[in-house]
Amino acid sequence: MASAGGREFELHERRRDSDHESFLVHRRMRWFKIALAVSLIAILGYALADVKPRPNGGSWYGYTLGTIGALLIGWLSLLGVRKRAMTPGRWSLKAWTSAHVYLGLALIVIATLHTGFQFGWNVHTLAFALMILVIASGVYGIVVYAMLPTALSNNRREMTRREMVEALAAIDRQLEQAAQPLGREEADMVIAALEQDPFGYGVVTRLSGRCRDCRTEAAIAAFAGIASRSEAEERVRALLSRRMAQLQQIRRHMRLKAMLEVWLYVHVPATIALLGALTAHIVSVFYYW
Amino acid sequence: MSEVFRIAIVGSGPSGLSAAAHAAAKGISHVLLEKTDHLSDTIFRYQKGKHVMATPAQLVLRSDCEFGAGKREQVLAQWNADAAKAGVNVRYKAEAKAISGSKGDFTITLAKGDPIRAETVILAIGTQGNPNLLRCEGGNLPHVQYQLDDPAEYIDEHIFVLGGGDAGIENALGLAADAAQGNNVTLVDRNADFARAKEANVKALFAARDAGRMTILQETTTTLVEPGWITVETPQGAARHKCDRIIARMGSAPPRAFVEAASVAFTSEARDAFPQLSPSFESTTPGVYVIGALAGYPLIKHCMNQGYDVIEFLNGNTALKPADEPILAAKFAGLPGRRSVDEWLETFRTQVVILQDLSPLQMRELMLDSDVHAYAPGEVIFTRNDPGSSMFGIAEGSVLVEVGANATVPIEQGSIFGEVGLISGRRRGATIRAAGPTVAIELSRNAALKLMATVPAAARAVNRIAIERQLLQMFGSGLTREDVAELVEQAEVQDKRAGEVVITEGADDKDIYVIRRGSMIVEKDIGGRQVFLSYLPAGSYFGEMAVIDGSKRTATVKAAIKSEVVRLPGDAFTALLEKKPKLREKALADMAGRRKVNQFIEDRKDSFGGAVDMYSETAQFLVDNGIGEATDVLLIDETLCVGCDNCEKACADSHDGLSRLDREAGKTYAHLHVPTSCRHCEHPHCMADCPPNAIKRGPDGEVFIDDTCIGCGNCQRNCPYGVIRMDAKPPKKPPLLTWLLFGAGPGPGEASYSWRKKAAEKEGKEVGKFAIKCDMCSGIEGGPACVRACPTGAAIRVGPEKFLTFTKLAEDAD
Repeated sequence: MASAGGREFELHERRRDSDHESFLVHRRMRWFKIALAVSLIAILGYALADVKPRPNGGSWYGYTLGTIGALLIGWLSLLGVRKRAMTPGRWSLKAWTSAHVYLGLALIVIATLHTGFQFGWNVHTLAFALMILVIASGVYGIVVYAMLPTALSNNRREMTRREMVEALAAIDRQLEQAAQPLGREEADMVIAALEQDPFGYGVVTRLSGRCRDCRTEAAIAAFAGIASRSEAEERVRALLSRRMAQLQQIRRHMRLKAMLEVWLYVHVPATIALLGALTAHIVSVFYYW
Repeated sequence: MSEVFRIAIVGSGPSGLSAAAHAAAKGISHVLLEKTDHLSDTIFRYQKGKHVMATPAQLVLRSDCEFGAGKREQVLAQWNADAAKAGVNVRYKAEAKAISGSKGDFTITLAKGDPIRAETVILAIGTQGNPNLLRCEGGNLPHVQYQLDDPAEYIDEHIFVLGGGDAGIENALGLAADAAQGNNVTLVDRNADFARAKEANVKALFAARDAGRMTILQETTTTLVEPGWITVETPQGAARHKCDRIIARMGSAPPRAFVEAASVAFTSEARDAFPQLSPSFESTTPGVYVIGALAGYPLIKHCMNQGYDVIEFLNGNTALKPADEPILAAKFAGLPGRRSVDEWLETFRTQVVILQDLSPLQMRELMLDSDVHAYAPGEVIFTRNDPGSSMFGIAEGSVLVEVGANATVPIEQGSIFGEVGLISGRRRGATIRAAGPTVAIELSRNAALKLMATVPAAARAVNRIAIERQLLQMFGSGLTREDVAELVEQAEVQDKRAGEVVITEGADDKDIYVIRRGSMIVEKDIGGRQVFLSYLPAGSYFGEMAVIDGSKRTATVKAAIKSEVVRLPGDAFTALLEKKPKLREKALADMAGRRKVNQFIEDRKDSFGGAVDMYSETAQFLVDNGIGEATDVLLIDETLCVGCDNCEKACADSHDGLSRLDREAGKTYAHLHVPTSCRHCEHPHCMADCPPNAIKRGPDGEVFIDDTCIGCGNCQRNCPYGVIRMDAKPPKKPPLLTWLLFGAGPGPGEASYSWRKKAAEKEGKEVGKFAIKCDMCSGIEGGPACVRACPTGAAIRVGPEKFLTFTKLAEDAD
């Protein structure tokens, strides 16, 4: 029982005392300030550097910005590795994300200045365009990360995904039982609703959260149309609305999750394409020097 | 009623069986009585294929029966073979009802059949007890059973499960789990709420009912059992139902009453006390011996050794050293002077005041869970803010407590220290050094708690010293033991239930309270609403305002969790304040600080009501979810959480591929989510009943399970927050890069069950299921992986003292 824990105690005590703050304001927006400073210096340098005949990627200043930009792109694309490699050490993914976001935004300034505003139909501009696509998808990511978690939490109402699916299955079992006394036509509607796979939808439906031919909805409409409902019919109608509510919660959940994730399907492949185009850009520039 | 056996052994578990086998080997006339139709019922009732552990590893096995770690079936087969080979005279279905007579001529009355006569009796009946029986008419019919081995066995039956504890609920859920079995399951409970059962179980039960898979009858008792039918008395009146099978899980009666009926005395009235025994396991009734779990040894190896030893003792081998002798010798090897194990045991027993009432047998048992240390003069024993819940006794020498910058207070030989950490479950309050050459015994938390539970005099001594030290530590200001003697004399320790009010706002009482374990919350009625003012951890005092300025109580104080407070009479405290102006100053300063906090929140209430309400409700929510007893808990700010589950993945990748947290599960209030993850409680519930004492508190305050875990699952059942899982360590995954580049393996995070199962089969090694839980990433540089791996800053780990404050919680409310 020696005092080996003494040093660690301080560390843990600081950790337990830390405020919870988002990656956007991490450490009083340290990375925002750094990115801003880098961008301002780059702009100032652009204005002051006297390059002949005109600002260009091939000038000394252009090479400097190009090198910084390429290194940044390389480092930014490593976030995906950092996120998955749980190595020990005093790093935090939040700090990485914060730096990733702000330095990535600073890249707009650095890379644009690097081009010297010369664009064309070539591999160089392709690399630039891909970079802008990556950054634009990233900006969408920042926006949804900032806006949607609250909605996701509200919709969840302390239920896990599995619990939502189980709740639906429980309602379905009750529906199946309750539908036994119904007539053929009505029972068929219930069966049709039960048979419809709640997850078998495409990207568009998931993102919109609206299902165009929802059979549960159709069944509810049909039951609502029955003038005087028997006890069994009334019970089925009530269960159908419960099913609908549960389906809606699941759909909202899937929609929000999809919106939080969909941009990565652009961001990541575009990054890989960017790394390819960037390599082609650098190789060609040096090859044709 | 003819034969008189030399030895009758009651119970055929590890200890009884081992005793019988040794008696048989020695050719001593004996009989082994077993109430069921098979040997070792406790192990027999383990689930199929369960891995049985053989701990402690360093203890040698001394028995005529073989035993090694392995599957339940292997262990039982081995014992059956050993018993047959040794020629054990076993009598099955022989349930002992009573023991009468005296040494040389005992009579054991059986539930069925002729009584057994024997010269000596060895009780090896364990601590499981007998299941409570269904007492109504027809309760003895064959379709009433007290155990459910395999729920899949029954098909298309009307089954009634009696009893609303966890056992009954789990059985009922198991029977109803597979709809294809077509069972019609009904759960019957005497009470209106399932108060004894785990919340998760109760939730699952009601879900099963709502899904139409079972019926629940509450406030219902069984009145009549007939073949094929059951009659129950419900609040709506009597009802007769079709019933093919009854599974009664109505708890069990501990064996104490049976043992006491044979005039065997116990060490105390405490529920978990053990019989008083001599070094040769003889109880207070000459000729009656007690071994095994009932004697206080829950591990199989200990039990088997005792079975062997007790026969040796009875056979006249009094010089036999217990099997733990080498373990103790190794423990004492580092101590100065070449004293034998017995000499050291005697030294500790006679020198350390709280150990004086112990028997040599109890001393040995205590020492197995304890450590001994020799310290050089000036050597640090522990440092302030170290986590630690062990208690020290000074056998030789003395120590110095650092109370201030340069001030020290001595603690003399024979006394104890470290008791505040033990009782409060909090970090060490002061640094302690050896004054001269010192020999001390360090009792682990479990050993110390067991000692206090079984030896009342020790408990009283520890309590008295603890109160005195706590007062001195809390008030400081140059007080001496003599100054507080009067307060200590009048102090009274009170237990408080969670939520129990200790002080009521507006009341006129004038006592002062010290929290010695647990924690309190302070509330004030502001505009008709109870507003949360502050959280008081163990080691703080309250109620001083009314004493000092004679006012009415200004706020309500109630227990956040099950707590213990020390009540000190206000008059005695006032008298002390008058004598000690420095203490008065300190008390006034503390009071002013508290007033300021209260005033701050009260002022806010008018201008900023929403924030105060939110703060108050959030604090209450967190306390309800166990933050009050936490030391370090994971919270998720759901305004930031994008649901990527990187925390879970990081947890799994930092710990053998299994995650110790479930992010999504758990309660949420005002977007503050408490996931299913360890809170590292001050007094961990999981530690309460761990046979190999595998659950410990580590150097950073983390509660962890070491590799002596036997996989019994007690901790999982005892944890009120459901954060412990039982699982087998999966094989290693292919490295990250081969997954990233070539898609090899399951990728980051916990692999799916099917992948783990397949990979384990490929490896071909049998791996037992053990308890796993959060260890706060102890030993991993950078600290908890869940927090480090959160990309948005949603995951934070906090302590209640730091977090349950207005400034922290009101951030969210803005």
